[in-house]
Amino acid sequence: MALGIEASLGESVLTSKLDEIINWGRKYSLWPYVFGTACCAIEFMSTAAAQFDISRFGAEVVRYSPRQADMLMVCGTITYKQAPILHRIYHQLCEPKWVVSVGACATSGGIYDNYCTVQGIDQIIPVDVYVSGCPPRPEGILNALMDLQKQIESNSILIDPQARHKDFRGILDQ
Amino acid sequence: MKDTTLTQLQEAFPSATCTQVIDTAVLDVQPNDLTTTLTALKEAFGCDLLLDVTGIDYLTYPKPPQKERFRVVYTLRNWRDNLVVQVRTGVSNPEIGLPTASSIWESANWGERECWDQYGINFSGHPDLRRILNHVQFKGHPLRKDYPVDKRQILMESDSLEAPLKSRLASKNIAREAMTELGTDVMFLNIGPAHPATHGAIRFAVALDGETILANIVEIGYLHRGFEKLAETHTYNQVIPLTDRLNYCSSMMNNIAYVKAIEKFAAIEITERAQFMRVVLGEFYRILDHLVCLAAAGVDVGGLTNYWYLYDEKEAAYDFISKLCGGRLMSTATRIGGMYHDFHEGWEKEMEFHLAAIEKGAGDSQGLMEKNRILQDRMQNVCRFSPEQAISFGLTGPNLRSCGVPFDLRKDAPYYNYDSFDFDIPIGSNGDVYDRFMIRYEEIKQSIRIIRQAMKMIPGGPVNVNDSQVHLPKKAQVYTKIEGLANHFKMVFEGVHVPKGEWYDGYEAANGELGFHFVSDGSGTPYKCKVRPPCFYTLGAFPAMVEGNMIADAIVNLSCLNIIGGELDR
Ligand code: SF4
Repeated sequence: MALGIEASLGESVLTSKLDEIINWGRKYSLWPYVFGTACCAIEFMSTAAAQFDISRFGAEVVRYSPRQADMLMVCGTITYKQAPILHRIYHQLCEPKWVVSVGACATSGGIYDNYCTVQGIDQIIPVDVYVSGCPPRPEGILNALMDLQKQIESNSILIDPQARHKDFRGILDQ
Repeated sequence: MKDTTLTQLQEAFPSATCTQVIDTAVLDVQPNDLTTTLTALKEAFGCDLLLDVTGIDYLTYPKPPQKERFRVVYTLRNWRDNLVVQVRTGVSNPEIGLPTASSIWESANWGERECWDQYGINFSGHPDLRRILNHVQFKGHPLRKDYPVDKRQILMESDSLEAPLKSRLASKNIAREAMTELGTDVMFLNIGPAHPATHGAIRFAVALDGETILANIVEIGYLHRGFEKLAETHTYNQVIPLTDRLNYCSSMMNNIAYVKAIEKFAAIEITERAQFMRVVLGEFYRILDHLVCLAAAGVDVGGLTNYWYLYDEKEAAYDFISKLCGGRLMSTATRIGGMYHDFHEGWEKEMEFHLAAIEKGAGDSQGLMEKNRILQDRMQNVCRFSPEQAISFGLTGPNLRSCGVPFDLRKDAPYYNYDSFDFDIPIGSNGDVYDRFMIRYEEIKQSIRIIRQAMKMIPGGPVNVNDSQVHLPKKAQVYTKIEGLANHFKMVFEGVHVPKGEWYDGYEAANGELGFHFVSDGSGTPYKCKVRPPCFYTLGAFPAMVEGNMIADAIVNLSCLNIIGGELDR
């Protein structure tokens, strides 16, 4: 039986907090922009394909324009030559936005500790979830997605979602 | 190589020193004779395929074979007679360098650019000598021995590519005044490197007249991860996981090509079973590689159904691969002297199951695509390439065969008993995008044939050589005997010692000839390990393929060439 205001409004109305309804909407409709540069992107293909089916988590609307996406998935090695492009695309994403670093390379440079490889994309852009593995299994990528959904649950419309990274300074931010 | 070839070469080039390394003829020439030697090899000895150009820096080499610090090596192939020739010459002053070979072979253009970028060796007369793998603000040349492996250089802003595109456009003699009179002008467009049609990290700049491409340049290196430099700091076996990540759609084939090259020079005879295993797995991965190419090419022309049909089979194959290698994408399954381990029990049944599923999936997909009018219109007679052009640009593998050249190392220079299998080499008749697409369906069928025959013929026995200098000792020995422990320790820390020398060996990978050029100083770590990546030279031909065609044609052409970034940029 409904209580409070719902009792007098009948069964056609549900009350909730605005925060909750917005977060609920956001977390089940993350639109990924896949910044796929290397091998990890092949595992993202698997994650999107029929067997693992990322659409079970509401994130199957892969966009090719950063203007239409809110989840940046960096799948693969980022080299210094690639870094300015990643940096620009991150800034082109509309807010609120989240970044997932998929795989060892994106997270730390992976096995490429050398002259051309950025030792983790968090030197360039802020990251919300890291996925380990070289490459991660599709389950790992889905797990990261679920982690992100949990983070989103605690957001509030009263707080600017980008405030969490306001102190971030990367090597290309000058 | 025929016995008489070396004598013939020595007679033809009296001032050169001719030697034989494995079955490659090696010619040491003076810089002044370089151009004439290369031209004569192409004209008189049929070496019309320039496979690779690379430099060597002898700065830290013990007792170097020459007085100059640098050396440049041109690797040529006469594909009709199965002859590989390497022409080497010392470079006393890298800033003066050598005369370019780009007027003899088109493929020398990119090969020499890379050599300049990585070693700082100049090629005089080169039409477009600028950085190719490293970024524009990069200082120094990373493959020089005095460049520290971890000296990183930040790039603040991407290159606009305006200058090279404009100079390419200028070379086309476009009548821009006539265009202005018509009230139109050339439009410049950038595509990539973060563009869905470039499948990863390739970038194009095009000059357009309406939708027609007047001039095109390709910018690569966005995935240059320093494979070759890293290889110089790891033992031979430690490099195997790095080879996985060259062409990550067919990691096993890179593993095989890499160890095959080392085994060949070090004269390590692997067991019969290991050879058959490599055939079965190599062909299986060839199929998987083609599946990804076909699936993605379908998506690029708007056919998503095809992707689901084909990707399903690839996904299923991961079950088999996980059982065999422990991972899905990266195999790391070979070792010098054999394999990581034998097949699991019941593999034949599983393999047959996958082959049948792939036959069905690829058959369904081919049926769908063959009759599709949209696909035909998008692909037929688009971006045609003649056999001569293809060879001059150094195309190999399915892309070369689709232009009608029946060259396949499995037939022309057979290894691992390929001569005992009954299979055909499909070739194209038109050299267009459609041929490049369809040839992969046919190759899948041929690979299935080979696997089925190999599965009948595969003998029992061990998969690794019984040699304590090559392969890790059995665990029982390591745990119970001091010799075993010491042996294990030495193998892990020092690696397999490969005799001093330099050599090249090629392998027919899914995208063409995957070759490795090694320089060994006798230790357990390669002094130099250069990859001859098929994609690199294929993409070098891209501007010549697409100029004159429409912008949308360039997109389908790219997907049917199957360029894989990891191998392209290394
Ligand atoms: S983490 Fe491993 S699989 Fe992923 S891009 Fe890097 S090397 Fe490739």
